[in-house]
Amino acid sequence: MRFDVAGRSVYAYGGSRPFASDRPTVVFVHGAANDHGVFALQSRYFAWHGMNAVALDLPGHGRSAGDALPSVEALADWLREVLDALGLAAASLVGHSMGALAALECAGRYPARISRLALLGPSAPMPVSDDLLAAAARNDHVAYELINGWSFSAAGQLGGNQVPGMWMLGNAMRLMERTRDGVLSTDLIACNRYANALAAAAQVYCPALVVIGARDIMAPPRNAQALVAALANVTTVTLPETGHSMMAERPDAVLDALRTFLGDAGSA
Amino acid sequence: MTARPKTHRFDTLSLHAGARPDPATGARATPIYQTSSFVFPDTDHAAALFNMERAGHVYSRLSNPTCAVLEERIAALEGGIGAIATASGQAALHLAIVTLMSAGAHIVASRSLYGGSHNLLDYTLPRFGIDTTFVDPRDLDAWRAAITPRTRLLFGETLGNPGLEVLDIPRVAALAHAHGLPLLVDATFTTPWLMRPFEHGADLVVHSATKFLSGHGTVIGGLLVDSGAFDWNAGGVRDKFPTLTSPYAGFHDMVFAEESSTGGFLLRARREGVRDFGACMAPMTAFHILQGIETLPVRMARHVENARAVVAFLREHPFVADVAYPGLATHPDHALAARLLPRGCGAVFSFNLRGTRAQGRRFIEALRLFSHLANVGDAKSLVIHPASTTHFRMSDDDLRRAGITEGTIRLSIGLEDAADLTDDLSRALNAASKA
Repeated sequence: MRFDVAGRSVYAYGGSRPFASDRPTVVFVHGAANDHGVFALQSRYFAWHGMNAVALDLPGHGRSAGDALPSVEALADWLREVLDALGLAAASLVGHSMGALAALECAGRYPARISRLALLGPSAPMPVSDDLLAAAARNDHVAYELINGWSFSAAGQLGGNQVPGMWMLGNAMRLMERTRDGVLSTDLIACNRYANALAAAAQVYCPALVVIGARDIMAPPRNAQALVAALANVTTVTLPETGHSMMAERPDAVLDALRTFLGDAGSA
Repeated sequence: MTARPKTHRFDTLSLHAGARPDPATGARATPIYQTSSFVFPDTDHAAALFNMERAGHVYSRLSNPTCAVLEERIAALEGGIGAIATASGQAALHLAIVTLMSAGAHIVASRSLYGGSHNLLDYTLPRFGIDTTFVDPRDLDAWRAAITPRTRLLFGETLGNPGLEVLDIPRVAALAHAHGLPLLVDATFTTPWLMRPFEHGADLVVHSATKFLSGHGTVIGGLLVDSGAFDWNAGGVRDKFPTLTSPYAGFHDMVFAEESSTGGFLLRARREGVRDFGACMAPMTAFHILQGIETLPVRMARHVENARAVVAFLREHPFVADVAYPGLATHPDHALAARLLPRGCGAVFSFNLRGTRAQGRRFIEALRLFSHLANVGDAKSLVIHPASTTHFRMSDDDLRRAGITEGTIRLSIGLEDAADLTDDLSRALNAASKA
């Protein structure tokens, strides 16, 4: 689907289902240099099980217009504007990595607008290595290579995709390569600078889910501990032998965690 | 210390990509999942699998765990995003074409193609409303001039068959992309060990996995690999490929290029092409090809080393008129080959005898180690006479344009001791010269 936010066109994947105002809505928020496609399976599931799935392309990413937003706080405000644009009094948010920070900040700023909050691979803080920041600032391809090297578990580095025939590392690389110059750098700087995660978590009163990859070295499990402690009503799911790219490495396990958390409004 | 990427390299991926020890049994080799279908845990899971809400296998025509390992492995080696294993190389080519276009569409192809590919494009697909213009692969102006508003694909072989014309992939790809079109490359002769076409701009790759990938001449199989780089939604492109960019009634109005920015082509190819045309690979076949790929790097190095030795022998032989091998400075594409194929130009090449057709026949029949058959890329050395076999349906003019004469002999150099191969050739050339 397409709609405008602040005069700029936004693309969101809806699972090949029309948006229906009488259904609950779950909004998916991708991470740095990604797009809606990282949530293809999970978003499609909810779209066909009684919900509106809105898997966003963030500004400057995928098929959405505009420049990448420079901070997690700006992303959080933009997410609220998305809810406004869709006429939603409230929705559930599912965010991954940078998208998890944006969802968290949005829920902290606008708690009445968020029904449920699912954070996949969050980290508080989310420091980015100097080498990666520098490579991204140069628009150097090695930045994508570093991310791929750190985003999959050791087992995942050799594949074994649950989606038949798809090579996870290649797909992740090609998706990042589609990103316009400067976007990855903007995203990483936003993650690196974000310091409000624990304060935002303290403002969240809706049910929250934190999904952790036990082998995540981009967002190490220990970096989620303080965040989990700061959330008032939280469930934690740890996926064994899983890296940061958990929707690729464990698509069904991520879906099952979300199903349990978000509920299931029944088949479409 | 500067951080360095941690991903694995080619030789390691040849052995491991896509495979893990079997979780059920601990089997280290990839098991042959010899089953037509897979049990669903519950009805909701079943529905979710059918509707692409969950990952997994339903029915072995659509996907199979053994085939999936092979698909991942070739995608990893090619630097692509994924692949589909098919019943043959011809099935892979057909799948690529029918996924991209419908009746009324047009292809521009190199005229130096495997005879079977030429048959499909020149004789069979026109019956279904898809026609092809064949061009000299070295003539970029001819490629450009052949593109029409109906064109949906450019197609060539990394090394032409049998003249070994080296496809200038960077230039042909740039031309294709300037017209909003993808470039499909048949990389059977080179394999990803010699060249990775995606790194030079190609968008899709097909293999006859029967050849070097399998390496043992035991199975028939094909592979279709997607780079994931071509933007089907780009301006000037989107309207050309409605199979990828418009709702598909055959799958709940899915728009494949929206479902996945990178993987839309493979989604449609599997969810329509494999589903409906049904040219899937058998898991036993995938197992055999995986066994071959495990040793691809060491085999290809030996293939190339032996081919160089045989080429050096033939070009000095008085009964040999010429040898078409891009590794030779006399080949028109020598400089291009040095750039695109730094590890070597493969192990299939042709040469012309100084003699009559009868002498050519005598040469082939006098060989003892070389097997006379219609295949290439076997561990064993092979020989054939293209004009009377692989390319026999082509007209004299088409044969001439493809660089094939009555005296052309095609060799596929295997892994034997190179001295034994040159001894065999020497004896046969001597016999032919006296015939």
